Amino acid sequence: MDASNPIATAGRAPTVSRVRPGRRVADRVLILASTIATLLGIVVLGSILLMLIVEGVKGFSPSLFTAPTPGPGSEGGGIANAILGSLVMTFLGILIATPIGLMAGTFLAEYGRTSKLADIIRFLNDVLLSAPSILIGLFVYTLMVRPMGTYSGWAGAVALAIIATPVIVRTTEDMLRLVPGPMREAGAALGAPRSLVIRAVTWRAASAGIVTGIILALARIAGETAPLLFTALNNNSWFNANLLGGVPNLPVMIYQFALSPYPNWQSLAWSGALLITVTILALSVVARFVIKDQRPR
Amino acid sequence: MTALTQTLAVDRQTAVARIAPSKGADRLFQGAAYASALLVLFVLAGILGSIIYGAWPAFSEFGFGFLTSSAWNIGTEQFGALPAVIGTVAAAMLALIIGVPISLGIAVYLTQLCPGWARKPVAMTIELLASVPSIIYGMWGLFVFAPLFARFVQVPVSNLVEGMPILGTILYARIPSGVGVLTAGIILAIMIVPFVASITRDMLDQIPTVLRESAYGIGCTTWEVVRHVLVPQASVSIIGAIMLGLGRALGETMAVTFVIGNANRLSASIFDPGSTIASRIANEFNEADGLQLSSLMALGCLLFIITFFVLIIARLLVRRAKVA
Amino acid sequence: MSASPAIRSQFEGRSPADVKAPVRIAVKDLNFYYGSFHGLKDINLDFRDRQVTALIGPSGCGKSTLLRTFNRIYSLYPEQRAEGEILLDGQNVLDSKVDLNELRSRVGMVFQKPTPFPMSIYDNVAFGLRLYEKLPKSELDGRVEESLRKAALWDEVKDKMKQPGTGLSGGQQQRLCIARTVAQRPEVILFDEPTSALDPISTGRIEELIEQLRADFTIVIVTHNMQQAARISQFTAFMYLGELIEFDATTKIFMNPAKRQTQDYITGRFG
Repeated sequence: MDASNPIATAGRAPTVSRVRPGRRVADRVLILASTIATLLGIVVLGSILLMLIVEGVKGFSPSLFTAPTPGPGSEGGGIANAILGSLVMTFLGILIATPIGLMAGTFLAEYGRTSKLADIIRFLNDVLLSAPSILIGLFVYTLMVRPMGTYSGWAGAVALAIIATPVIVRTTEDMLRLVPGPMREAGAALGAPRSLVIRAVTWRAASAGIVTGIILALARIAGETAPLLFTALNNNSWFNANLLGGVPNLPVMIYQFALSPYPNWQSLAWSGALLITVTILALSVVARFVIKDQRPR
Repeated sequence: MTALTQTLAVDRQTAVARIAPSKGADRLFQGAAYASALLVLFVLAGILGSIIYGAWPAFSEFGFGFLTSSAWNIGTEQFGALPAVIGTVAAAMLALIIGVPISLGIAVYLTQLCPGWARKPVAMTIELLASVPSIIYGMWGLFVFAPLFARFVQVPVSNLVEGMPILGTILYARIPSGVGVLTAGIILAIMIVPFVASITRDMLDQIPTVLRESAYGIGCTTWEVVRHVLVPQASVSIIGAIMLGLGRALGETMAVTFVIGNANRLSASIFDPGSTIASRIANEFNEADGLQLSSLMALGCLLFIITFFVLIIARLLVRRAKVA
Repeated sequence: MSASPAIRSQFEGRSPADVKAPVRIAVKDLNFYYGSFHGLKDINLDFRDRQVTALIGPSGCGKSTLLRTFNRIYSLYPEQRAEGEILLDGQNVLDSKVDLNELRSRVGMVFQKPTPFPMSIYDNVAFGLRLYEKLPKSELDGRVEESLRKAALWDEVKDKMKQPGTGLSGGQQQRLCIARTVAQRPEVILFDEPTSALDPISTGRIEELIEQLRADFTIVIVTHNMQQAARISQFTAFMYLGELIEFDATTKIFMNPAKRQTQDYITGRFG
């Protein structure tokens, strides 16, 4: 409706705006509100990263990665033992969770498409996915720490595994379901038994997605604190090779040091926080955006 | 069979010596898959069982009074769940009130307003927010947010409402430290936003384009399309997404522990410190013993019941929601 | 004369039906059910050795259903079941004691949509081979080459055997699937609309291939393309709504069908 163009408006009735001003205002408000909401999210993320970088980099030095955590009030030290402990327990946790998650997901996608039991398991798995991780810590405490009489890296690993498994079950099942039916039929038509069709054809076809799921699970458990509080706790020196006794780890260390009154402990907490966040964000980026596959919903 | 088909049959037998793949291995694989799936059930049952087992002494000692008592005295061995339960529910509710509108706003932005080139980076930013560990949120909340909150919100508001009838109690901070129930609610809101936003966004995306286009086509503004077409269409799933967010907020531990102030008593003001079930357990469990330990387990039991109830309803509403 | 000139012209250059060839598959009183839906009704039919038999009919007539009973691929789905007898060289395929996997290595199937496995071209072809025969590497190589030659694909892929099968064009992928099936040296090959997802040139090549394969294998092909049936088959079965309406030598079916329904279908009155 260009009123300034005489040719366009010639011969036409004078234009009247059909949009009530109220509608326009509501629309503008919505657009503004949504944009502000989104900006808020971006600002918060930026603030968090900024905070971590500014405070965390201050404590960066080679000794961060080579020296163990210092005693209360002592100077110097690093977080090498916490890094190692976290690596060990996270690795063990994924080692336990992956075969169980893979096989359970395979069951749900390949053997249990029509069974009622599979429906129930699928549903409860989804519920377990969002369950408070502190309850899992309590469970493993009762299951392992109490009977064993000590905190241990094994209990920590098991707690992490319990958190990781539902993630792997879900993504495995979702990825396997995406493999087209004719491909399975083609495998069966050659006379391959079901387990072989699954292993050699279906798993292979879904492999990128399944690996994505494992990486996502890894990113999830790398930052978990609550389940480790009552299972592996923490330790201010190197831990036993048999993993009995408290095993130092980054999340619990950060928790204890950040709330402590000692400046160098606080500094170590920041550096640890930066380290852990960068690792997890990197894993998330790799999983979600580099491996280009259908993402689970 | 004719002589000719008989010859053919003999040919077949000698033509290829066929060794069939093992049937036993096939069964074993299936069995392993079945057993792994059952393990999920057992773990869930185990969680419930172990917590009830640990909580039993407290329940048998206090009975239903446990739920209504505000006591928490290690010396006299009197424990009650009320402050923790109220704190948990209050923080979660605040998180929803603050977080849901923001989540919906972000979902609407991403699906309707975002220019194409910006969609992936913005979506990625929101996803990254979801990946940040809760302890980092706790640190951010305590060291960055709380001081700002104390200075720019708590102090001015307290001065404003001082002496007023209702607001004077709810929004008054005796010691404006920045930590408290409201702060916890805000941090929780930020934590659940990426989660609820991306589920809502997925649900909105799944609405057939024809519906959207026909609404725009008859001249609806963005707001009208969202309000009258998109949201009603996806309403069930959006409610489910919100409930999933609620479930998350109820069970969140580390972020809350940093910013809630960990007070063991009830207070009417949301600016005052409080505690949630999760923060209580996180703070006291390792030093606890005997009846105190059992009471903490009992708190865990209550948390289990509340969260699982919410999560089950949520999953019924949103059948296939996001993984993380 | 009821067949169009277009169809009649397809008959040139095609070998005639050999009604004396021994019966490879004998179908007796076959009934098939999807749950409670009666998909195939009292089918009686013979398939002769080294002949191409085409199953034609409008959508939903049951031709694919019938094809899928011969290798019992339907057994993957619990709600589908068959009653009656299907005798493969005198042995009833529907018997519960039959080893399904072994059966499927003897009755191969090529699907409508090419489904190369997510592995190299070599591994695709060797997959079926490795299942049932323990061969040393050199023999395995030889068999893989033989199968690819039989599928008219060898020259195109001999330099890229390690590359993934999914990297080939549509027509090449389908020939890879044929090579994969042929590698097991089955007795019967079932084709379920093998060219409907391919372009005309690839379709032509596959049709030539089927004629060549006929020298070694008994072939049953489901097709919705009547000209294709006329081009490559010796026998044709016309099906409608789960019943076998007419079965005879292809020339007879297209030139002088006995049943009204067959004539209507051939001349394009329906379907």
